[in-house]
Amino acid sequence: MTGATGMKHTKLMLADGTNIVGGVNPRKAGTSVDFDGTSVPVFGSVAEAIEKTGADVSVIFVPPAFAKAAVVEAIDAEIGLAVVITEGIAVHDSASFWAYAGEKGKRPGSSARTARPDHPGQSNAGIIPGDITKPGRIGLVSKSGTLTYQMMYELRDIGFSSAVGIGGDPIIGTTHIDALQAFQDDADTDIIVMIGEIGGDAEERAAAYIQEHITKPVVGYVAGFTAPEGKTMGHAGAIVSGSSGTAQAKKEALEAAGVKVGKTPSETARLARQLIG
Amino acid sequence: MDLFEYQARDIFAKHGVPVLGGAVIEHAEEARAIAEEWGGRAVVKAQVKVGGRGKAGGVKLASDPADAVAKAGAILGMDIKGHTVHKVMLAQTADIKDEYYVSFLLDRTNRTFLAMASVEGGVEIEVVAVEKPEALAKIPVDANEGVTDAKAREIVEAAKFPADVADQIAEVLKSLWKVFIAEDALLVEVNPLVKTGDGKIVALDGKVSLDENADFRQPEHEALVDHAAANPLEAKAKAKNLNYVKLDGEVGIIGNGAGLVMSTLDVVAYAGENHGGVKPANFLDIGGGASAEVMANGLEIILGDPDVKSVFVNVFGGITACDEVANGIVQALELLKSKGEDVNKPLVVRLDGNNAELGRKILSDANHPLVQRVDTMDDAADKAAELAAK
Repeated sequence: MTGATGMKHTKLMLADGTNIVGGVNPRKAGTSVDFDGTSVPVFGSVAEAIEKTGADVSVIFVPPAFAKAAVVEAIDAEIGLAVVITEGIAVHDSASFWAYAGEKGKRPGSSARTARPDHPGQSNAGIIPGDITKPGRIGLVSKSGTLTYQMMYELRDIGFSSAVGIGGDPIIGTTHIDALQAFQDDADTDIIVMIGEIGGDAEERAAAYIQEHITKPVVGYVAGFTAPEGKTMGHAGAIVSGSSGTAQAKKEALEAAGVKVGKTPSETARLARQLIG
Repeated sequence: MDLFEYQARDIFAKHGVPVLGGAVIEHAEEARAIAEEWGGRAVVKAQVKVGGRGKAGGVKLASDPADAVAKAGAILGMDIKGHTVHKVMLAQTADIKDEYYVSFLLDRTNRTFLAMASVEGGVEIEVVAVEKPEALAKIPVDANEGVTDAKAREIVEAAKFPADVADQIAEVLKSLWKVFIAEDALLVEVNPLVKTGDGKIVALDGKVSLDENADFRQPEHEALVDHAAANPLEAKAKAKNLNYVKLDGEVGIIGNGAGLVMSTLDVVAYAGENHGGVKPANFLDIGGGASAEVMANGLEIILGDPDVKSVFVNVFGGITACDEVANGIVQALELLKSKGEDVNKPLVVRLDGNNAELGRKILSDANHPLVQRVDTMDDAADKAAELAAK
C-alpha cells in the first residue's frame, strides 16, 4: 500500500467500496497514508495488522523476489485469504509457499467461498477496474487480466456477481475448479464464464469437474490457438509442451463437458448473452 | 530456458552428479587433441536443443583422433529438425551395462515437484510412460522437505533399481535434487543414467530447463543464454524489456495483457482465412501502462520486421484509460518520426474500455495518414488482415 502500485490500487479499491483497514510495511510502521481524505494506517507486520484491525484479507502487491516472504508471513499470521497480485514468481518460491499453505491448512478449498476478490458494486480486492461493469448475475473466472476486463466490458449491460482472476503462472492458488464450485454454490450467480489459455491441464480438469458437479450453464473461452510449441506467451505458464497444453485440446474437453466455447471473446460474450436470456 | 547437453553436464558436475569427461568444440580440428588425451576414442555429439538427434545422425562414435576430427566435421553444420549444429561435445566413452532414467520436475497439476525414475532408460521417457507405465515410478517431492535420505530410498525402491546400485543411485538423486534447487530448475533429467562395466553409476546425457523468473537470484545463468540462436527481433525486444515472440505471419500485433494478445493472434488468424491466409507476425504484450515510450519501442520492433505488412494495435483500457493510450500512440508515432524511423505500414487501432470515446477522438483528431480506427476487435482484425493481404 506504500509502494507506487499498491498505492494506486488501494485508492481504486477504496473507491469501489472495499473496506481497507491497513497496509503493511515494516519500515513505515506507525505512519498512515491519506487516500482522498481517508487515512489508512501502516503496520509493521501482517500479524499486527490483523490484531489491531481484524483484517481477514491480504492483497499482496510486492515484487516477485519478495512474494514468497510476504505470502509466508500472511499464512503465519493466519490470514483468511491472500490475494497474490504479483505474477512471474519463481516456481521454486510458489511451490514452496503452496506447500507451506498446505501444511498450515490454509489452501483454498473448492467449498470455500473466500475466493471472490471482485464483487461489482460491493468490494474489490485486486486490480480489476471497478467501473467497467455493473453488478449482475454472471460469475467470471479467468487466467488473464485483460481478457477479464474485455469480457466484463462486453457484458457490462448484464453485469457480474463476482470476477476471480486466478493468474497465468505455472503454480496458482485458487483454480478454475475452486471458482466454479464457489459460483455453483452462490445464490447471486446464474451463469458462469470461464476463461482459459494454453499450458498445463487446468481447463481439462475443470471440464471433468463441470461434467460431474456443475449444473449452472458455463460458457468458455480459450486463448492461444495460434501459439507455437515451446514458446512462453507472456504468462509464465502459457506454453504448449509437445502435444500437451494446446488450446484445441482444452476447447474439445470443455465442449465434451457441455460447455459452449466461443471462438473469439465477442462470440463468447454472445453465447453468455443467449444463456442469460 | 532449456540448456544444451554440455551446459547440463557442467552443472551436474558442479553439484556432484557423476559425469564422464566432456569438452565442447566449434571447430572439428579441436577434436584431435581431446581424443588423443582420452586414448583415441570419443563420442561426438551434436549440441542441439531438440530430441532425436541420435536417429538423425548427430551422435557418432570415433575410433581414433583422426576419426574424431572427421566425425566432428561431418556433424558440425548439420541440420537436425531445423536446428543447425554450431557446437559438438566430445564425451569419453563408457562401457555400458545398463541404462536407467531419473528426473525431477514441476508437476503443475498437483502444484508440487515430482521425481520420476525407471530402469528403462536410454529411450524417450514419453514412450516408456505410454507403453510401459508400470516401469516409470512417479514420487511427489515436497518443495520444503526436499530429497532426504528417506525420500531418495523411496524413489529407488519405487523404481526397483537393482540392489547393487541402489546406494549409488540414491546419492545421485540427492545431488540431482541439489541441481534442481540451487539452479532454480523446472526440469533436471538424466537419460541415460548408466551402470558401467565396473559397477559405477554415471550420468551420460542430461536435460536441464531453468526458470527465467528466478534470473534475479541467478546471475550466472545469463552466461548460459544462446545468443546466437535467438531471433534478432526477439533479442532486440528483450533488450528493451518487451514481451515479444516472433511468428511467421504478416500482421504485426501489439496489445496489452498476455491473454488479450494471445486472443488477438487467434482472432487475426481467423480473419486471415478470408484474406489469403495471412497470419499474425508476432506476439507482443506491452503491458497495462501502454506509455508513449513503450508503445514506440514496440512499434519500432514490429516495423523493423520485414515480414510485417500491416500492424494491429489492440488495446483494452482497464486501469489505464483509453485517452492515455491514444496519446501514447500519437506520441509514439511522432517519437519514431523524430528518430528518423521509416513508419510506412498501415496501422489499425482498436481502443475499447475506459474512456474509449475520448481515446478514439484523440486518434481521429491526430488524423495520422497511416492510422485507421476500427472500434471492435473482430472488425479491426479483419481490416488488418485485409491490409496485409494486399
